[in-house]
Amino acid sequence: MSTVDEIAPIVVHDSARASRRERLRLVLRSRTFLVGAVIVGFWVFCALFGPAVVPDDPYADDILNRLQPPSSEHWFGTDRLGRDVFSRVIVGARDILIVATLATVLGTLLGTALGLVTGYFRGLTDEAIMRVVDAFLAIPIVVIGLLALTALGPSRVTVVLVIGIVFTPIIARTVRAAVLSERELEYVEAARLRNEHAPYVLFGEILPNVLGPVLVEFTVRLGYAIFAIATLSFLGFGIQPPAPDWGLQIFEHYGLLGAGDWWPTLFPALAIATLVVGVNLIADGLTQAFER
Amino acid sequence: MSAVAASVTAPPALELDDLSVAFRVRGRWRRVLRGVSLTIAPGESYGLVGESGCGKSTTALAVMRYLPRNGRVTGGSIHVAGADLLAMSEREVLRYRSRSVSMVYQNPGAALNPSLRVGEQVAEAFEVAGASRQEALERAREMLARVQIADAARVMRRYPHQLSGGMQQRALIAMALASDPALLVLDEPTTGLDATVEAEVLDLIAGLRAELGTSILFISHNLAVVRRMCERVGVLYAGRLVEEGRANELFHDPRHPYTVGLLRCLPRGGVSKGERPLDTIPGLLPELGAELPGCVFADRCGLVRDVCRQEEPPLYPVARGRTSRCHFWQEAHELPFTAETRTAPSARTGRGGPVLAVADASKTFRQEGQDVHALAGVSLAVGPGETLGLVGESGSGKTTLARVLLGLTAPDQGTIVELDGQVLGGTLGERGTEEVRALQIVFQNPDSALNRRFSARRILARALTKLVGLEGRRRSERVLELARSVRFDERLLGARPVQLSGGLKQRVAIARAFAGDPRVVVCDEPTSALDVSVQAAILNLLVELQGKQGVSYLFISHDLGVVRYLADRIAVLYLGRVMEVGDAATVFAAPHHPYTEALVSAVPAFEGEGRPRIRLEGEIPSAAEPPSGCVFHTRCPRKLGEICEREEPPLAEVEPGHLLRCHIPLEELRLVQATPPPNQPRSP
Repeated sequence: MSTVDEIAPIVVHDSARASRRERLRLVLRSRTFLVGAVIVGFWVFCALFGPAVVPDDPYADDILNRLQPPSSEHWFGTDRLGRDVFSRVIVGARDILIVATLATVLGTLLGTALGLVTGYFRGLTDEAIMRVVDAFLAIPIVVIGLLALTALGPSRVTVVLVIGIVFTPIIARTVRAAVLSERELEYVEAARLRNEHAPYVLFGEILPNVLGPVLVEFTVRLGYAIFAIATLSFLGFGIQPPAPDWGLQIFEHYGLLGAGDWWPTLFPALAIATLVVGVNLIADGLTQAFER
Repeated sequence: MSAVAASVTAPPALELDDLSVAFRVRGRWRRVLRGVSLTIAPGESYGLVGESGCGKSTTALAVMRYLPRNGRVTGGSIHVAGADLLAMSEREVLRYRSRSVSMVYQNPGAALNPSLRVGEQVAEAFEVAGASRQEALERAREMLARVQIADAARVMRRYPHQLSGGMQQRALIAMALASDPALLVLDEPTTGLDATVEAEVLDLIAGLRAELGTSILFISHNLAVVRRMCERVGVLYAGRLVEEGRANELFHDPRHPYTVGLLRCLPRGGVSKGERPLDTIPGLLPELGAELPGCVFADRCGLVRDVCRQEEPPLYPVARGRTSRCHFWQEAHELPFTAETRTAPSARTGRGGPVLAVADASKTFRQEGQDVHALAGVSLAVGPGETLGLVGESGSGKTTLARVLLGLTAPDQGTIVELDGQVLGGTLGERGTEEVRALQIVFQNPDSALNRRFSARRILARALTKLVGLEGRRRSERVLELARSVRFDERLLGARPVQLSGGLKQRVAIARAFAGDPRVVVCDEPTSALDVSVQAAILNLLVELQGKQGVSYLFISHDLGVVRYLADRIAVLYLGRVMEVGDAATVFAAPHHPYTEALVSAVPAFEGEGRPRIRLEGEIPSAAEPPSGCVFHTRCPRKLGEICEREEPPLAEVEPGHLLRCHIPLEELRLVQATPPPNQPRSP
C-alpha cells in the first residue's frame, strides 16, 4: 500500500503562513482599512512624537496673545490663556490614545474571560451574569461613567477602570456568542475525553478560535472609548486641566462660540472626529476580512 | 421507449459540447472542466458520477448559469432544449431559470427559507412560472400531494424546520417541478437522508419521471444510487468525461481503469473484513487546473504506459453507445488489485468476558416541557477485539448511546456501564484517567473534531501528555510512531487541519484516538464525509489497527455496506431500543426483524435487481410519545395485529447469539421473509 492512498480535496494546499498572508492581503487590499490606518497612524505619530515636533509649548500661557485667530504664527490660533491650539491638539492625542487603549484592553481582557466562562458553562451562572449584563446595557455608558467617576473622583486611572468595566459586559456578550457555536464542535469533546481541565479547554482550545471576533470587537470598542473619554472630559469628569485634552479644550471654550471665537473649539472637535472615524474604518476593514 | 421516439423530433434536453470551465484562484485561471461533451435525450435520466473535486457540481452550476464570480466558461457550448444558454442575456437567463430548468440541491434545510411557510415557498415557484396568487396556492397543494406528501394543506402551513429532511426534499422537488422544466438537475438529492427515506425519495423521483417525462441530470457520488436511477452514466475525473455508457453495462463491465477502481473501493456483495482488504485508488487527484498533457488518470493508473503520459487518449468507441477515454480500454478490467488478500485473518480474539458492557441504558432529555426518551433500556456488550456495528435511522439513539458510554452525556439513574467488569462513573468527571483513555472516539467530521488552530503534531502530542503522561523526547518519538501507524506522512505533522485532505485529517483523528492505547474506540460515521476511495483506505486502516492492537470498535454507520464489511456483530436500534442483535451475517440475512428487513432492502443494490423493497410507512415516531406496545408497530409491514399495539415484545434469544424483539416467532419470520410482505407493491 502506498503511503498516501487517497484523493486530495479540491482546495490547493498551502501552508498556514500562506493562509495568514492571504487574510493579511485581504485586509491590506481593503481601502476602508487603509484610509483608517493612515488617519490613526497620523494620530499615533502625534502621540509618540508630538511634544518633540510641535512649534510651541502646549502649556505655556501668553495672556497678552489670548484668543488670536488662526495665523501663520499660530496655525490654529490661541486659546483663552494664549496657548497655541495647534500644539495642544497635536500633543492632546497622547492622553486620549493611552487612556482609551488601556481602557479597551482592560475591557477586552475581562470581557473575553467572562464571555468564555459564561458561554462554555451555560446554566445558571450564565443566566445570572447575562441578566446583569442586560441591565448594564440598558443604561448609557456615559451615565454609568459619570456616576462612577463622581463616586471615585476623576483621574486617568479611574477613567481607565470605569470605561474598562463598563465595556466588559458588552464584549463578554460578543465573545459568548462566538463561544456558543464553538463549544458545539467536537474538538471540545475530544479535549474532555483527554481529561483536560476546563481552564485549558477555555483558554487553550477555544480562545485561539475566537480571536478574530475578539480583535474586531476590540477595535470597535476603541472607537467608542475615545468618544466616551472625550465626552467625560467635556463634562469635567475625565482628564483634568491643564492637560491638553481635546474634550477638555472644547469644554473650556465652547462658551466663546457665541462671541465668534470658533477655533479653540473646532480644531479639537475635528481631532476627535477624525480619530473616531479612523478607528471605525479599521474596524470595518477587519470585520470584512474576518467575515469572508 | 418513448424518449427515443421523441428524440427524433425534439432537440435534446441538454447538450454540452466540448464545455470547458475555469476558475480564477489566487490570481491564476485553473481549468476545472476540460472539454466535456454529453447529450441527454428528452425524457432521459443521465447520471454524472465521480469523487469530490472532479467537476460534477461545476457542470450543474454551468447548466444553471450559476457559476460563481471567479468562474467562467472558457470554451464549448451548452444547449438546453435547443436554446443556446451561453448566448442568452441576463433577462433571458432569468426567464430560462423560471421556465426551462430546475435544480434540487443536496441540503434541503439550507435550500428552503426558514422564515417562510412551506406553502408560500412552493406557491412562489408557480407564481414565478406565471400563475396568479390564488392559482399558485392551489397548484402548490396539488404538487405537494403529487410528491406524496399526505395532508398537503397542513404541511403548507408549516415552516421548514418543522418538517423532516425527507419532507423538505419532497417540497423542494415540488418547487423544482412547478415550471414543468425541460431539464431537472439533481445534485446529490438524497445524500443527507437516511437509507429508508432515501429509498422513498428515489422511488418518488422515478415515479414522477415516468409520469411527467422530465429529463434528469442526476449528480451523485453514490454509484449504486446512480445505477438505480439512470439510464446512461458519465464518469468524470479531473474535469474530463472518462467513460460513458448505459448504466447497467457500464457498472457491470467498466472500460476505464478509474471506473474499475471506484467500483472496487466499495464494500459490497456481503464481503467482510476477514476476507480481504478493500481496494483503493493510489495517489492524489491532480491539483486544480494542472496541465495534463496525457491521460488525466495516468498518475494513479495501475495500467499506465509511456503513451498514456504523452498522448491524450481520444474517446474510443467501446460498444454501441459506449465510450472510454483510455488507450487500453480492452484491458481496463485487468487493473491490478492494490490490496492483496488478507494475511492476518480477522482480529477477533477469544470471546472471554466483554470489554465493555452496558445494561439498561436510558437517557431522557427534557425538551420543551416533554420528556424525550432517546434511549430506553439498552443492554449490549462488546467483546475483546470485536467490532459491534450500530445501525438505525437518525433518531434511533445510536449517537446518544455512544455518548453515554464515553461519559460525555450523563445517563439516567439505573444505567450501568462496565469496563472489564468494573462499573464506570456516569460522567467523565467520575472516571479516572485509565478509564477515560480506555474509551475513545473517532468523530464523523474531522474538520470540527480537530482544533483548526493546532498542527497535527501538537494535537497528537497533547493527547499523549494528558492520557499517557509523556513529555519531551519520548513524546516526540511516540508522535512519530502514531503517525506511522495510521500511515500519515511524518513530513506533514507540522500542517494544520485546513492544509490536509479529508482522509488525512481523519487519520490524525484516528491517531489521536489511539494515543492512549484504548480498549474500545467508538467510530461515529467515520467515513461518511469522505469519498469512496478514501473511505476504503480508512476502513482498511481501522481493520489493520484492530488486528495489531486488539482494540474493540463500536461502529456507527448508516451505510449498511460499510457496517457489513467491518462489523462482527450488529445491533439494530429503533427509538432508543435494541430491536435485534446478532452476528453480522445472521442479522443481514433472513430471518430477521421486520425493521432490519426494511433497512436492508432500502439499500440500492448493485448486483442484479436486488430484492423487493420493503416500504416503511411514514416517519420515525417522536421519542417524546413512543407508540404503545411494540414501538415499531406503526410502521411495521408485518404487523400481526392487536398484540403488537398492546404489548411490547421482549428482546428474546431466538437462536444462540441472535436476539430479536418481535412477537412473530422466528420460524414464521423465516417463512414470510422468503416472500414480499402483503399489500406491498414491488419496487419499480
